[in-house]
Amino acid sequence: MAEPITTVEGTAYPWGAKNIDTDIIIPAHWLKTTTREGLGKGAFEAVRAEPGNVFDDPRYAGSPILIAGENFGCGSSREHAAWALADMGVKAVIAPSYSDIFSGNAVKNGIVPVVLPQEAVDRLVEVAKDHPVTVDLETMTVTTPFQDRFSFDLDPFRRMCLMQGLDEIGLTLAQDTAISKYESGMAQSRPWIARRAADAGVAVGGAGRT
Amino acid sequence: MASRPLTLYEKIWADHVIERRDDGTCLIYIDRHLVHEVTSPQAFAGLRAAGRPVRRPELTLAVPDHNLPTTPRVDAAGHMLPIADPESANQLAALEANTREFGIDYIGATDPAQGIVHVVGPEQGFTLPGTTLVCGDSHTSAHGALGALAFGIGTSEVEHVLATQTLLLQQSKTMEVRVDGTLGFGVSPKDVVLAIIGRIGAAGGTGHVIEYTGGVIRAMSVEGRLTVSNMSIEGGARAGLIAPDETTFAYIKGRPMAPSGEDWERAIEAWRRLPTDAGAVYDKTVVLDATDIAPSLTWGTSPEDVVPITGVVPDPESFADPAKRAAAAKSLDYMGLKPGTRMQDVAVEHIFIGSCTNSRIEDLRAAAAVVKGRHVADRIRQALVVPGSGLVKRQAEAEGLDRIFVEAGFQWREPGCSMCLAMNPDKVPAGERCASTSNRNFVGRQGPGARTHLVSPAMAAAAAVTGRLADVRELMGGGTA
Repeated sequence: MAEPITTVEGTAYPWGAKNIDTDIIIPAHWLKTTTREGLGKGAFEAVRAEPGNVFDDPRYAGSPILIAGENFGCGSSREHAAWALADMGVKAVIAPSYSDIFSGNAVKNGIVPVVLPQEAVDRLVEVAKDHPVTVDLETMTVTTPFQDRFSFDLDPFRRMCLMQGLDEIGLTLAQDTAISKYESGMAQSRPWIARRAADAGVAVGGAGRT
Repeated sequence: MASRPLTLYEKIWADHVIERRDDGTCLIYIDRHLVHEVTSPQAFAGLRAAGRPVRRPELTLAVPDHNLPTTPRVDAAGHMLPIADPESANQLAALEANTREFGIDYIGATDPAQGIVHVVGPEQGFTLPGTTLVCGDSHTSAHGALGALAFGIGTSEVEHVLATQTLLLQQSKTMEVRVDGTLGFGVSPKDVVLAIIGRIGAAGGTGHVIEYTGGVIRAMSVEGRLTVSNMSIEGGARAGLIAPDETTFAYIKGRPMAPSGEDWERAIEAWRRLPTDAGAVYDKTVVLDATDIAPSLTWGTSPEDVVPITGVVPDPESFADPAKRAAAAKSLDYMGLKPGTRMQDVAVEHIFIGSCTNSRIEDLRAAAAVVKGRHVADRIRQALVVPGSGLVKRQAEAEGLDRIFVEAGFQWREPGCSMCLAMNPDKVPAGERCASTSNRNFVGRQGPGARTHLVSPAMAAAAAVTGRLADVRELMGGGTA
């Protein structure tokens, strides 16, 4: 489980590109791994091939914040995208919007998906070229060394998970009684949901068949 | 007690809430879980590390699809051939070992039923109306075609579902996309969904679950509906939904994992209550007129970059939004296209017919009908037909479709995701152009530097035999009106 996180402060990649899909964040040929680590070196491979890109600019090397454009993380559900960002050291992304799957994956890996209006993002891209940025989960604001102070929203459960570094599976397993009760009710109301052992065997040859 | 009218989405959601937290997050029961080799190894490793079992293994089905080679899988003696890429081989071996260890049904590489998870689920009757269905793959949205609330999840959520059979979710907003009227000659479900994404934009459905309604959707087969719902994710929605009806029930009945006997009768009765009530309100509604939809395709590197085949490559200067203008210029540079070029004058080198969007039997029939009696153009370097499953492949062979393709110069392959995402050896080389029935035209999606135009199966066939992006209606003996 990710480390608890309250503030993220430091340099930020002043990028702002729109519709960045998870294929761009981490291309498919990096997805053959069976672990979560080491994907930072494959991150933004195609972008890094472009001269003058923000990721290879020494001023922003190792930045904990990435500023992007609208619809960040669209496309494939690959959590490898969040793993790659985390491996790069990114702890917060600031963008006008995210794909639903990406923002969930980000939170589960200790990355804060900050949503701010386009004007605020534009301003932050300008500031971040030469100055640090601060994301504060306590006050739910993004601030700069100037007078900028942008408030953002994050649903309370996600905020709590980030700030406490919670194990969601452990939390849910503590609800076992409620889940079992639901399953008993379902056995009455929707008995066809539970596949019978025989179905599984007849249909595809059963577990372990190759 | 009179209750307010509900949408299909709201009914399925309400049926699956186990607990509602004060902050609005809900613990939702998951009825069906599909697993493949790419997004699951870290989830199983997590279970193992924590000493957790799979709560309901019989509600999970595993099928390898993403990086299996599409070349023959067994030798003449029936022995499985080795997989050349050691990383792919390792991932496939991990899936097999994990499913055995945790007691999950597994349809392996040489099983006749193996295929793309989103083709196999409906085909086996694993996908059912009114269920919640998840998979570590964004195109899980496809299953919404049968009235299942189906969406892609990340690997941490795969682990969560394996351990608990639940997910913690926020309820989405609802969006109706209604397509009225009747489709014109040569216009397919793929053209419908491309037109929808062109209209709403790649982020248009963010935060919403789309329900597709209207006469055009109702008239579609389940296979056509799967194509439409499949690309909901390209419109930014996490899920798409189509209300189950007699077409749906006829499709499901008798499939191996579908309910039967008394269960079937009870299920049908429940499924008939699922469609959106009269008077229910969506958060957003978009209406398209079928007469405005032509055979369509993409020109750029976002699925929202859609034009009719009769159109031209747009001029970036024509976009009012400066960000869109810059993105379009960059797209055209990557795609090697000049503004004003007629789409029909763009030559292609590669053809890909396959993917979870368009690899079902009706897709292969539509492509074969155009290819029959013709040959792929000289300039085509590679033309692949990749059936979505082993069962689709056998059905196509029984109908003689394989011979039509092979005689025309196509390669007839084993099932898998193939060139859609280039994780296996099927790739489009840098700088070359592909007419593809897949779902994403992203930069590098079909291989580094590859240029993708998303099209329907019939349009891919038309491109194959002409060597350029072509209006399939001209090859079908009809007008272009």
